[in-house]
Amino acid sequence: MSVSEDVILKVRDLNAYYGAAHILHGINLELSRGEAAVLIGRNGAGKSTTLKSIMGLVRPAAGEVIFEGDKINGLAPYQIARMGLGYVPEDRRVFATLTVSENLEVGRHERPGMKAEWTPDRLFELFPNLAEMRERTANQMSGGEQQMLAISRTLMGNPSVLLLDEPSEGLAPVIVESMAMALRTLVDTGLSILLCEQNLAFAAAICTRAYVIETGQIRHEGTMNELLDRADLRKAYLAV
Amino acid sequence: MDFAFFILQFLNGLASASSLFIAACGLSIIFGVTRIVNFAHGSFYMLGAYFAVTLAPRLMESINPFLGFWGGILAAAMIVGLLGVLMEMLLLRRIYHVPELFQLLATFGVVLIVQDLVVLIWGPEDILGPRAPGLKGAVNILDQRFPEYELFLVAAGPLILGAIWLLFRKTRFGVLVRAATEDREMTDALGINQKLLFTGVLFLGASLAGLAGALQIPKEPANGFMDINMIAEAFVVTVIGGMGSVPGAFLAALLIGELQAFGILLFAKSTLVLAFLAMAVVLILRPQGLLGKPAVNTEHSEFASSIPLRPWPRWLVLAWLGAIVVFACLPFVVDSFTLKLAIEVMVFALFAMSLNLLIGLGGVISFGHAAWFGVGAYAAGLLAVHSHSPMLLALAAAPLAAGVAAALVGAFIARLSGVYLAMLTLAAAQLIYAIAFQWTGLTGGDDGLVGAWPDAWAKSRVVYFYLTLALAGGAVFALRHIAYAPFGYVLRAGRDGPARAEAIGINVAAARWVAFTIAGMAAGLAGGLYTFSKGSIDPTVLSIPTSVDVLAMTLLGGVHTVLGPVFGAAALHLLQDFAMPITDHWRLILGGGIIAMVLAFPEGLVGKLRSWFMPAEETP
Repeated sequence: MSVSEDVILKVRDLNAYYGAAHILHGINLELSRGEAAVLIGRNGAGKSTTLKSIMGLVRPAAGEVIFEGDKINGLAPYQIARMGLGYVPEDRRVFATLTVSENLEVGRHERPGMKAEWTPDRLFELFPNLAEMRERTANQMSGGEQQMLAISRTLMGNPSVLLLDEPSEGLAPVIVESMAMALRTLVDTGLSILLCEQNLAFAAAICTRAYVIETGQIRHEGTMNELLDRADLRKAYLAV
Repeated sequence: MDFAFFILQFLNGLASASSLFIAACGLSIIFGVTRIVNFAHGSFYMLGAYFAVTLAPRLMESINPFLGFWGGILAAAMIVGLLGVLMEMLLLRRIYHVPELFQLLATFGVVLIVQDLVVLIWGPEDILGPRAPGLKGAVNILDQRFPEYELFLVAAGPLILGAIWLLFRKTRFGVLVRAATEDREMTDALGINQKLLFTGVLFLGASLAGLAGALQIPKEPANGFMDINMIAEAFVVTVIGGMGSVPGAFLAALLIGELQAFGILLFAKSTLVLAFLAMAVVLILRPQGLLGKPAVNTEHSEFASSIPLRPWPRWLVLAWLGAIVVFACLPFVVDSFTLKLAIEVMVFALFAMSLNLLIGLGGVISFGHAAWFGVGAYAAGLLAVHSHSPMLLALAAAPLAAGVAAALVGAFIARLSGVYLAMLTLAAAQLIYAIAFQWTGLTGGDDGLVGAWPDAWAKSRVVYFYLTLALAGGAVFALRHIAYAPFGYVLRAGRDGPARAEAIGINVAAARWVAFTIAGMAAGLAGGLYTFSKGSIDPTVLSIPTSVDVLAMTLLGGVHTVLGPVFGAAALHLLQDFAMPITDHWRLILGGGIIAMVLAFPEGLVGKLRSWFMPAEETP
């Protein structure tokens, strides 16, 4: 494995079930500090389940999740979140009847000893669209605006790793582009990102490393450029 | 009706709407966040009144009347809030993940325990409270006298609504409560400690219930019936308003309060009928209530099962035949008292089996199944006592009457699911209870009907034993047959995946309606048999405790077993029969037992046995 010196998140031999259905068959992956990696694969490959297992929302049957050197599987999701793992779910799941400000308030958590503290004002610099709708309720926002709100809400917890579940899904291409720029900015400030995606171009704009997942197993691991170069991989695991 | 009278009646409606809202909104808040329908909300209300009548007079004497009275009211609310915290930490925390019916049952266990504790602490007598200092008089409104305290209540409801609004908009706690009401798991993933949040919500909800109870003391004495009387109305209000919506509860309370104020002029006694009709109308137009959101998780019932129904192995068939033969020999070996017990066990076995058709096969949670048992019992009793009809005719009328009643109510509620359905069945049962209780001319009211004895040919207990064995036993096996018949498959499909069942052409609501009617008929037959075994009936056969008994029997036997409820009925009925004469605190024991059962084995007795003797195929 081409491991860089400072691993912030490590997943070892993760197995998960939904009832009797075996979803994850021994997932292994690593994320270095300050790195953006993508977990890429088709629908139903196990991307979302991997993120939910890391977050404690799905209880893995076997395997380990190690964050900043500590084993975190078995902890409650809120404890994992407070340690610095930020999760942005599929379908955004913003609180529809709460305003933008209130949504951000739910995510607010100061982590002791952290320097870069996110505030609503700093987030509005990152996503200027949101600044104009502080008092608007989330159910009156477009899909793209809701996605920005979902990411901002998670950032309010001052995470050091961001787990993003298909943020580009269902968004207009121009929004996807600005989303990619915002996420790139976040990586530049030192945030680590584990992204789940099907959209290769979007992933390539943000990530430098790629894990290819299919039927609950990691099939390939390498640099983003390698995946872009190898048509055989893309044909086997990504083409629909 | 002249104008002044109209205004006064309207003000009366507003005052009762305020009381109703304060009592019900805590229930709605607790449900919104925890998704638990807290039966014990009525107990909180009752405890609020008891604490207030204890504290207020003492404080009024030792401090001063004004501060003492209001200090006593607030202290009562705070104490009840802390009791809510205690209940959350000791009980609710352990049952957030069990099916909602078990949650309802467990909180009903708390109701039973509190009822006995209240008698132990405060005694069985009603306790009069002090009147509110400064609000003892009446004001003149359009030349009519209107009590000042009622006027205060008119203002109290909107004030509480405003306070909750501020709390929910302006504080972090309030924002978190609203967020968790929408998507609890997401707040967890965002770093919100669920336990602390739930504890806080229970404090808020319980103290509101306590406040509502405490505010009643100038109007009515603290008494042991406040809990059940209030909870049925609070259910109606939260269902009409939309579960989890505080403004919805306020609107619904206004609707019910005014309906009752003016309805009393039309139907002097049965104002509950109007409340129920209002609820039926609202739910037909908006199944999620006035301001509620459609239920998110309707994809499958909490009682969905992955256990396949398998035909019985030969040894089990033989064992059953053997058991029936042994049972049929009972009259030759036991005394008359034991035979009476055996008859009752058969009656309750049929009753529990009929409920399990709904819960186990249909995934339909009925919390008012006593209604159909009671309608059958009253139908048979009325025919026997008032028109002296032959027993067999009365016994035939019992399932018919219950079936018709169940079909009527079922037509309203078969479209619903989950807790809405459970609360509606309970409200329907309370409505029928109210009719039996209040229509004294026909039903004898509280005293019930006396003298419904079997005809001469069946006077002997042995003959009645065999008659019950034939009818109840036959009905039990007919119900068992349904589980394996195509209709049973349809019901189970609707239980495990309503959307998928609809997609392959099954009318799930219609199937549930038919099941509701059949279950009503079977319960009605059980009720009819019960009447002639006792010779008399009274409204308790229709009451909530009877519904809870049969639920406990069904669950004790195991809902995913075909004949488990038969054993549950036998076990629980025998237990009650032995325990009740030797203790004054059987509600304490029953309540504790129900809670223990929910915590220990949610799969039931027979479910447990089956997993030992007939292990399912290994799932990883």
